Amino acid sequence: MPFFVQLAHHFLPETILAVGVMALIIIGAFRGERGFGLVDEMAVGILGLALVTIALSSTPGASIFDGAYVDDGFSRFMKALTLIGAIVSILLSVDWLQRNGLEKFEYPVLIILSTLGMLLLISADNLIALYLGLELMSLALYVMAAFARDDGKSSEAGLKYFVLGALSSGMMLYGASLLYGFAGTISFSGIAASVSTSAPIGVIFGLVFVLAALAFKMSAAPFHMWTPDVYQGAPTPVTAFFASAAKMAAVAITLRLVFTAFPGVKDQWRQIIVFISIASMLLGSFAAIGQENIKRLMAYSSIGHMGFALIGLAAADEAGVRGVVIYLTIYLIMTLGTFAAILAMRVEGRYVENVADLAGLSRTNGWMAFFLAMLMFSLAGVPPLAGFFAKYYVLLAAVDAGLFGLAVIGVLASAVAAYYYLRVVKVMYFDEPAPAFDRAPKALRAVLAVSTLALLGFWVYPTPVMDAAAAAAKSLF
Amino acid sequence: MFGFGILSGVTFLPLVGVAFLLTQKGDDEASLRNIRWATLATTLATFALSLFIWSGFDQTSAAFQFVEEKSWLGSGLVYKMGVDGFSMPFVLLTTFLMPFAILASWDSIQKRVKAYMIAFLVLETLMVGVFCALDIVLFYLFFEGGLIPMFLIIGIWGGKRRVYASFKFFLYTLVGSLLMLIAILAMYGKAGTTDITVLLKTDFPKDMQTWLWLAFFASFAVKMPMWPVHTWLPDAHVEAPTAGSVILAAILLKMGGYGFIRFSLPMFPDASTHFAPLIYALSVIAIVYTSLVALVQEDIKKLIAYSSVAHMGYVTMGLFTLNAQGMQGAIFQMISHGFVSGALFLCVGVIYDRMHTREIAAYGGLVNRMPIYAFVFMLFTMANVGLPGTTGFIGEFLSLAGTFQANSWVALIATSGVIFSAAYALYLYRRVIFGVLDKASLMNIADLTPREIAIFAPLVLITIYYGVQPQAILNATQASVDNLIQTHTALIDAVKLAAAGQ
Repeated sequence: MPFFVQLAHHFLPETILAVGVMALIIIGAFRGERGFGLVDEMAVGILGLALVTIALSSTPGASIFDGAYVDDGFSRFMKALTLIGAIVSILLSVDWLQRNGLEKFEYPVLIILSTLGMLLLISADNLIALYLGLELMSLALYVMAAFARDDGKSSEAGLKYFVLGALSSGMMLYGASLLYGFAGTISFSGIAASVSTSAPIGVIFGLVFVLAALAFKMSAAPFHMWTPDVYQGAPTPVTAFFASAAKMAAVAITLRLVFTAFPGVKDQWRQIIVFISIASMLLGSFAAIGQENIKRLMAYSSIGHMGFALIGLAAADEAGVRGVVIYLTIYLIMTLGTFAAILAMRVEGRYVENVADLAGLSRTNGWMAFFLAMLMFSLAGVPPLAGFFAKYYVLLAAVDAGLFGLAVIGVLASAVAAYYYLRVVKVMYFDEPAPAFDRAPKALRAVLAVSTLALLGFWVYPTPVMDAAAAAAKSLF
Repeated sequence: MFGFGILSGVTFLPLVGVAFLLTQKGDDEASLRNIRWATLATTLATFALSLFIWSGFDQTSAAFQFVEEKSWLGSGLVYKMGVDGFSMPFVLLTTFLMPFAILASWDSIQKRVKAYMIAFLVLETLMVGVFCALDIVLFYLFFEGGLIPMFLIIGIWGGKRRVYASFKFFLYTLVGSLLMLIAILAMYGKAGTTDITVLLKTDFPKDMQTWLWLAFFASFAVKMPMWPVHTWLPDAHVEAPTAGSVILAAILLKMGGYGFIRFSLPMFPDASTHFAPLIYALSVIAIVYTSLVALVQEDIKKLIAYSSVAHMGYVTMGLFTLNAQGMQGAIFQMISHGFVSGALFLCVGVIYDRMHTREIAAYGGLVNRMPIYAFVFMLFTMANVGLPGTTGFIGEFLSLAGTFQANSWVALIATSGVIFSAAYALYLYRRVIFGVLDKASLMNIADLTPREIAIFAPLVLITIYYGVQPQAILNATQASVDNLIQTHTALIDAVKLAAAGQ
């Protein structure tokens, strides 16, 4: 396939982002501080354009760049989720940045760069491409975590994330070098061929290191330690981006790696995934109980949710992948909605982020309380909200695969988790009102309303998501 | 319309009322009146519509009727609704009692009226849905979904310890239900469908039945509630507003019994036979122990809550006898308890609205000031005890008669519960209604208002009517009960035959 045909058919979204971000840097450099509004709007446009090209792409999937990169149904679906996460994160951030005097054009630029890294990561088909995508994504994220540079907590979050992130990159590289040494190739399909029946111990070691690094990126226990501090310290819109888009990419590459490079040693990686899943669910449920800061609460909640999503991966079949993909879709909506609500927590011009600040919200702002309550019930997995269906499909896959123990631990953990989600509802509905919030900007209200209605109405017309997820899962096998 | 039938109509009609309530704004008296009347009209319309189910129901058939089916969610899940002799009475019970719940909240709920009414209407949709669902996942959806409005009703409009009670209610029920969810998924894996009509014909292996039965038991035993997982109920009842208690006692508890009839007994016959002694033991403990506990309660609502647990003991006991009298009695007991305990909580609501206390010690001698109330309260107390001529008698007598055939020792101990229930109920009645009217606060208490009489009159009539004419309900459930028992006996015989053949 000629180079330009490859670009046009299978690399168009990435090309758009890469060219677009360079243009934005130039615009930003020439216009300086005044350029923020323009750059911000253009960034949304560029990301939106990439999303449209993915939605409209009808060419069959293909492997390009000499097998370094793959474009298939799975990658398209996950890229679409990532781009939605990125776009909404920008929309959520505008007001926050303006109020905190951080209207710098670097912000949307960093989001696009990071998103570009995520797209590369999702489509990576060999270890080099994987590392390239991972680093492009992470380096931008480190800077974003420290974006509020005059705020001690934000700088601390950036530094923490960077140091621990560097450690995980090191593990990734070490694992990759072991894999290359023992399998003799860096391409996923090549590794799969060399370990199709039995795997040398070195490959297993490499696999463990690589999975550890990926678990770090998706903040699954026991590699979760950075998550609460970084979620709390980073500027809230950045946290929203971490919790939404970044997770999509990290889970996507984990799925692709284990199914395309290690289908032959399923039993080995399955144990690891089962362990990570159980540890994350238990930690996410129990550690969140005592949290007073709602961003920290969401950090533990996200750890628990990643554990739950991995139940589907532990099932290690097509139904399981479909479950994970549905889970991620619904989780993305829930996360973006919740962070829209968190960003709307502003009292007399000051941002607040404690659960107690929500007290009596149902009386001071009925709609916002209702939306946030529905988000909490959905996160807890109570039907008929969409969060239930997310859990339903991964549990279904696990039960079909005979993983009853994992499924039972999962539901018990989610019952524990229900306690702290209910606590948020309790504070909003049962307690006496705290000072009312300022009027939230339109974008936040729109995101909050749309995401809640999507969760409430999911059971009425779930077909589009279900079909797309099934097709995405199919293309991975 | 759109190919949906009457069951969907009854289920989702309350949501139309919700849509209307959402358009209502303002807190002044006029708009509050609008909200109340609109809610009442919605529940009455739902009841009227549900009467068509009653009149169109073929009592001679054990098959599902009014069946609707739509593809939904892909992958085996369908939107399927239908009723048979087991579920039809409960649908009617739900739609019948909802207007009373709304009327009981007419004056006593003054804050956040709109949200309150919306919560009740949403709850009605979910409750009717539970009894109509013919897809097990759809059933689960309605079953669990009901937790959200009830959690809010207890938590927002409840008494002093409402937060504790609402959390306990939610988390207890959730843990049980989630285990049931795993069982549902395992059944789907085995049968390849979630259609209840197909699952009823599926033969699950014996080992699997045991686990599935236990998982379903975890959910329904909490919901019933059975001893020893009943402790959420007294808390929830005491803290819930009157209408919440009515719905909780009259309908939500019945979901547990309905679950046993719909799933545990017909789908897992071996396990049901195997675990019947466990059920007997827990039921008998519930009957005797909670009756004794009721005897020493200081709070009227708590006393009635414990008596509910005891009465549900008759239900579980009767169901697992698997003979016609026991099962008919258990189902009748559920319906009767729906009327009677609902009415009793309404009775408590009447004096609570006036005095704002539920302490038994705060009352005494009410008969002097409230003769009509004393009569109504006496009638429902007697019905609760099981006086012949009221619905309570039929249910208790039939389930005890059935139990006697299955296991006479169990019946012997359970019958002592009848005496205990007379003891605590009459003791309560004496302390509240009779005695000297010497408390200053009670000197000016007023008798029932016309609105309250309008609430109680239909309940009084229906309690006596079905107490004298139980056939009307028994006929409706007859065919389904016979069918279940026949299928069950055939299956158990087949298993025995196979065992003998080896």
